Amino acid sequence: MSSNENKRLWMYANMVKSRHFEDLIKPAYFEGKSPVFNMAKGPIPGEMHLSDGQEPCAVGICAHLREDDVVTATHRPHHIAIAKGVDINAMTAEIFGKKGGLAGGRGGHMHLFDPAVNFSCSGIIAQGLGPAVGAAMAAKLSGSDAVAVAFLGEGAANQGAFHEALNLASVWKAPVVFVIEDNSYGISVSKSDCTAVERNAVRAISYDMPGHHVAKNDPDAISEIAGEAIRYARNGQGPSLIEIETSRLEGHFMGDPEGYRPDGEVDRLRELDPIPKYRARLLADGFEEADLESAEQDARNIVERAFSFARENQYPEPEEAYDHVFV
Amino acid sequence: MSSSDKPISAPPAERRLTIAKAMSEAIGQEMERDSSIILLGEDIGRMGGVFGTTTGLFDQFGKDRVKDTPISETAFIGAAVGMAAGGMRPIVELMFVDFFGVCMDAIYNLAAKQSYFSGGKVSCPMVLMTSVGGGYGDAGQHSQCLYATFGHLPGMKVVMPSNAHDAKGLMLSAIRDDNPVIFMFHKALQGMGWLGTIAGSITDTPDDDYVVPIGKANIVREGRDVTLVGLGATVHHGLEAATRLADASIEAEVIDLRTIAPLDRQTIIQSVSKTGRLLVVDDDYLSFGVGAEVIASVCETGAGPLKCPPQRIAHPDIPIPFSPVLEHFVLPDAKKIEQAVLSMMKDEK
Ligand SMILES: Cc1ncc(C[n+]2csc(CCOP(=O)(O)OP(=O)(O)O)c2C)c(N)n1
Ligand SMILES: [Mg+2]
Repeated sequence: MSSNENKRLWMYANMVKSRHFEDLIKPAYFEGKSPVFNMAKGPIPGEMHLSDGQEPCAVGICAHLREDDVVTATHRPHHIAIAKGVDINAMTAEIFGKKGGLAGGRGGHMHLFDPAVNFSCSGIIAQGLGPAVGAAMAAKLSGSDAVAVAFLGEGAANQGAFHEALNLASVWKAPVVFVIEDNSYGISVSKSDCTAVERNAVRAISYDMPGHHVAKNDPDAISEIAGEAIRYARNGQGPSLIEIETSRLEGHFMGDPEGYRPDGEVDRLRELDPIPKYRARLLADGFEEADLESAEQDARNIVERAFSFARENQYPEPEEAYDHVFV
Repeated sequence: MSSSDKPISAPPAERRLTIAKAMSEAIGQEMERDSSIILLGEDIGRMGGVFGTTTGLFDQFGKDRVKDTPISETAFIGAAVGMAAGGMRPIVELMFVDFFGVCMDAIYNLAAKQSYFSGGKVSCPMVLMTSVGGGYGDAGQHSQCLYATFGHLPGMKVVMPSNAHDAKGLMLSAIRDDNPVIFMFHKALQGMGWLGTIAGSITDTPDDDYVVPIGKANIVREGRDVTLVGLGATVHHGLEAATRLADASIEAEVIDLRTIAPLDRQTIIQSVSKTGRLLVVDDDYLSFGVGAEVIASVCETGAGPLKCPPQRIAHPDIPIPFSPVLEHFVLPDAKKIEQAVLSMMKDEK
């Protein structure tokens, strides 16, 4: 296979892995939460933000990243963590609050830290942008050509931290790429109801950096632009902004009644599900059915092993709550 | 109950509301009365607030008075201060107290100092409502309380109801107050279907207009042996512990602070003067907290005589952990209160 074919198969496999991951989260999350839904109950308590539909953003960007490149993600982090190569066993165990989790069960699903692959995420909107600029500068000042990528939702582009971080990155010519996953909503509020511009990509102009708009929720289209922006950063030319029109197939969090959606929206979006679409394209482009099936099987096996690991793993000792407040 | 012991006359019709319903009812009734009130926040429009605080108000009052905001807290809270100075009475929601970090300046340096910096000429009649508390596995950026943080900063009043009756009365007081009021509501009490709710928070709530005054604590159970001071969820933990302690013939007096700032020191001191024992329970971080302030207030006045050293229970000085085994280990509960009281009773001077 050519390197491009390898990359495309990698992107497909990681989208499948991510979707299968969410597909296993769903029943696990509802354990103990039915018939009466109570967020506090079951093996995975708390909020759960799924990434179904947004997988192309993660794989299209991460296809160009190395282990030493830094990624900061959001409260909706699973697809990005998986594409960045976060230890999936430890990530799953973290989501189940287990001792073998990335942080020994201290952080949970919105706080996945894997320094081995330079990944982190956060529950505060736009919090990851500053640290991405800093990580980019740390690389630049130490003479490395590593870059940083900050993921954010379109809602986060209205947060002050977004504007400050873009300006700072531009002033410092930081090797950072800001990636907006535009899924049209911040919880219940649609982008058009709270955003002054139709396209967030135009906001790059204010900070004198390239602003790319990717209209298709498609790994190839995203990867093409991502390659350009990440090369630009690696070559020392400075930051850029990428805005991707993607879609959220699930609620804002699990249990969201989604009353704010127009009728039939989810069905419409599901018809455009990027994963089967990409599969069909790969086949049309000459990929073998057997190769896709084996990639899918491998991806599913990895996810299933991760869930078994997490479930079998023990809970931390209660006293461990006190550890690691300081290093 | 067998049919023979049914009460003969039906009890008066109760309006048992959740705190969420009581808050939205209070806001709606006041918006009808006062056209200068405007509601701002994230998801408070059609959605009715993530915690049900504005249910039905968008349909009732429309988009000009019930405004979903962008995720731009510094801007919309700053804007609310400007609206307040311009004669309006904004009610602003910021979903979780954990999120205040992004816009703290607009709160403690701006809203809270309008009056002082203008020599009392510019008022800031603004209510900032926000959810607090954990216990449901939402981890360290969605479970904090930060009572002490807001109680510490001058120029703001800070209230938190433990039940629906008080929620409505405190909300009406907060809206009518000419100063900024932080209205906290506890997630364990809110009455949202998707969050467990402590039953005692759902109470009879009058339909009509009434206020619960800001700055007045409430004795929710009388007792002679020990004073338990709590707020929000820990009031209910205290009541549960008091019931169990009564089985051991220990009579606990339970005080619901209802207001963090200004603190009703008088009610606490009077109670401790009677009981001689004080235990303060809250779910904010321990150090420099509500417990410290209450205990200092009692010690400063020489209330007493105290029969044993005052005690406090709070969340330890660590971020709130995600895993339920960790979180439930560190959160205050009725059992911890009961044990603390039992050891205080032994620890006689
Ligand atoms: C500072 C801050 N304000 C508000 C929130 C509450 N909140 C959590 S997710 C969210 C919507 C985010 O929308 P977007 O950035 O588009 O990301 P998406 O959820 O669509 O992935 C909001 C308002 C928060 N976590 N942090
Ligand atoms: Mg969004």
